[in-house]
Amino acid sequence: MKSLKPISRILVAVASLLMVSAYFVPLWQILMWAPQYPEGLEMDIWINTISGDVKIISALNHYIGMKHIEVEMFPEFQYMIYIVGFLIGFGLLAALINKRFMLWSFAILLVTTGIAALVDFYLWGYDYGHNLDPTAAINIPGMTYQPPLIGTKILLNFTAFSGPDIGGWLFVVAAVMIIGTLVFEIKTNKKAA
Amino acid sequence: MKTNIVYRGLSVLVILAGLVVWQGCKPKAPTTVTMGDAASKVYVAPGQYDEFYNIVSGGFNGQIGVYGIPSGRLFKILPVFSVFPESGYGYSEETKPMLNTSHGNVPWDDLHHIALSTTKGEHDGRWMFANANNTPRVARVSFKSFRTEEILEIPNSGGNHSSPFITENTEYLVAGTRFSVPMGGKDVPISSYKENFKGSISFIKVNPESGRMNIAFQLRTPGFNFDLSRAGKGASHGWFFFSCYNTEQAYTLLEVNASQNDKDFIMAVNWKKAEEYLAQGKGKVEKVKYAHNIYDDKTHSATTTMENEVTVLDVMEFPDIVYFIPCPKSPHGCDVDPTGEYIVGSGKLAAMMPVFSFTKLQAAIAAKDYEGDFNGIPVIKYESALHGEVKKPGLGPLHTEFDEKGNAYTSFFVSSEIVKWNVKTLEVLDRVPTYYSIGHLSVPGGPTSKPHGKYVIAYNKITKDRYLPTGPELTQSAQLYDISGDKMKLLLDFPTVGEPHYAESIPASMITPNSTKIYKIEENENPYAAKGEGQARVERKGNEIHVYMTAIRSHLTPDNIEGVKVGDEVYFHVTNLEQDWDVPHGFAIRGALNAEILIMPGETQTLKYKPLVPGIVPFYCTDFCSALHQEMSGYLRVSPAGSNTPLKFSTGVIEGEASGAGH
Repeated sequence: MKSLKPISRILVAVASLLMVSAYFVPLWQILMWAPQYPEGLEMDIWINTISGDVKIISALNHYIGMKHIEVEMFPEFQYMIYIVGFLIGFGLLAALINKRFMLWSFAILLVTTGIAALVDFYLWGYDYGHNLDPTAAINIPGMTYQPPLIGTKILLNFTAFSGPDIGGWLFVVAAVMIIGTLVFEIKTNKKAA
Repeated sequence: MKTNIVYRGLSVLVILAGLVVWQGCKPKAPTTVTMGDAASKVYVAPGQYDEFYNIVSGGFNGQIGVYGIPSGRLFKILPVFSVFPESGYGYSEETKPMLNTSHGNVPWDDLHHIALSTTKGEHDGRWMFANANNTPRVARVSFKSFRTEEILEIPNSGGNHSSPFITENTEYLVAGTRFSVPMGGKDVPISSYKENFKGSISFIKVNPESGRMNIAFQLRTPGFNFDLSRAGKGASHGWFFFSCYNTEQAYTLLEVNASQNDKDFIMAVNWKKAEEYLAQGKGKVEKVKYAHNIYDDKTHSATTTMENEVTVLDVMEFPDIVYFIPCPKSPHGCDVDPTGEYIVGSGKLAAMMPVFSFTKLQAAIAAKDYEGDFNGIPVIKYESALHGEVKKPGLGPLHTEFDEKGNAYTSFFVSSEIVKWNVKTLEVLDRVPTYYSIGHLSVPGGPTSKPHGKYVIAYNKITKDRYLPTGPELTQSAQLYDISGDKMKLLLDFPTVGEPHYAESIPASMITPNSTKIYKIEENENPYAAKGEGQARVERKGNEIHVYMTAIRSHLTPDNIEGVKVGDEVYFHVTNLEQDWDVPHGFAIRGALNAEILIMPGETQTLKYKPLVPGIVPFYCTDFCSALHQEMSGYLRVSPAGSNTPLKFSTGVIEGEASGAGH
């Protein structure tokens, strides 16, 4: 089994430790603007909770029959801390074991987890935007309100934006570092061979 | 190796750049755009007059605000349904009766809508009418004196929102109940709404000479909520249209339970038909109790008459008075275009706006083109009365006003905009944002047969960041747009007092020549007037002290009063002897538990004062009237209860040091 270069080991360890930030900063943000909310409304998604103008957003959304956003709506908050913990542990273990296959496994694990998180978020957004209270005051035939997965979308009088927050970006940086390290390892090994 | 480090470094940079671009892609908050010449269009040079009076309801302040357009300057606050310590309205003995109701003296209300009197459908500049939403009342305010001259309580009403809209010759103004309630104060379970709760629409006759109001008749209707209304005009004169919501007849959590039906109603009332039934003696006289308060500008006093009868026509018994037109999702505004042919329903929860045709409505009635009935009242087929729908106009349509060119302007609360559209073609022509969440809007002459056009004014519900913040309660706001061209242009933001609901604008040229400058002293019929300093005096009647006081620059007569005792009630009847324009005097006395009074030239007003402790009490003129205004003051000597200080009064009399109670 091929060992890693010292610089790669350091990068893998640093990337893993970067993900510790997930416990201290928000991972994802949803921003909303409306003519009467020029200052915007913000919802931040953390590893185990949500914060921001959640009550105001829920109060506005109830007119069109959307559910009240509660922490309890997200079973993910119960186990996300363990998943991230596992990722960090796996990364540190990869640096420790110092084998190329561990780096491969870690890279695949990170990308898979990222995709799974987005799929999970999409499914929640679909349910939140489609599963509306039929007795809602405002019922516009054919209209649904699924928030954007990533990017900007206009929903009635609101413009909604969804994208990574600091923690999410640090995850992206970590993933890029791991993949970059992997590419570097493959290329330098080719040259060596 | 070196190239790889560069390669890695570059990839990090790319990520960071991506992040910056990402953040840059976020939408920006809306920004205001005014055209370059906006300032010159709203600039009224010092000493110059505005082109229009803007008569603006004050909402929860119970008052009317008078502004100038296009400057947006506030000229005056007219107290109507709320006491106003600034002038003594509701505090002076003369004006207290204005706020009398069958419940007692109600010193506040919620004033929502303005109706300016019209003749042949056009503004005539005589009176402004306004509604009290909470304790149902309507008021008439004079365009000569800008004073409230009459307040009429509305019996059998649960809240007077659908009011005071007027017919084209001011034959009637209406008062439709917002809340249906059991009639006659019946004690029933709230859950018996469908069985016991009824609606009530009062038709108030206005005397064309004096403006005096009286309830000609009431229509008893099925129980639901009445929101707004407009009279027909031109071809549709003789009809009245009311928006109705809560046809679900919900009595709890209306936000959900009154929003379930796909369509509520616009109620079309053939009031000429109602008049016929009344002439035939079909009306039933019911015993009720309501106050009728009239202010007389000769006696400068208000009187209250308690009325005890009203004539009722139950529309369920006379189904050809009333027809229902289905209208989508809780209609709010129900506005009739200047020709009288088109009726615009604004379903505040609907995604489009129906426009009904009066001609088609008549044809549908003639052909009995009904889809069913509601409590025995025919419901016309939606399509049969429909001129067409304005497609995707905006979100949350509320109110529509009209210009003289066949265009309509509708306010949209949720999408916070004004949308201009063509009444005939129903084509959306233009839209402008409002800051923020517009409620009512007003085009000068917009509800009349002959709109003056030029501007549309937005009355907003939210101001947020538009003005310097003033704590949690921010100023209310209006916005002026130029509508003389094809595109609407924002010209001006201006703050308003209270919460503005409906407003009307009228050309200043119709009002200014008639404005009262003074009241003639020789026409003053107040029984407590002192029409000259020679009549100034103090009289005791038991424990009542009546001070017949005069005010003229720069002294009060009398200004020394003795012989008043603790336990007495002192009435200061102050007559302003001035006969000169813009010289009011004020009167205030230390420790008075009410307010001051402002007395216009030639007028008499009375402030009641009850001394509680002995001592010398100063009083003075509060309205800076002259160079020696600060000298316009006096003393009241209050002696202990039971003392025998003789009643004495004077002005300008210097007595020896011997007098006084110090011996």
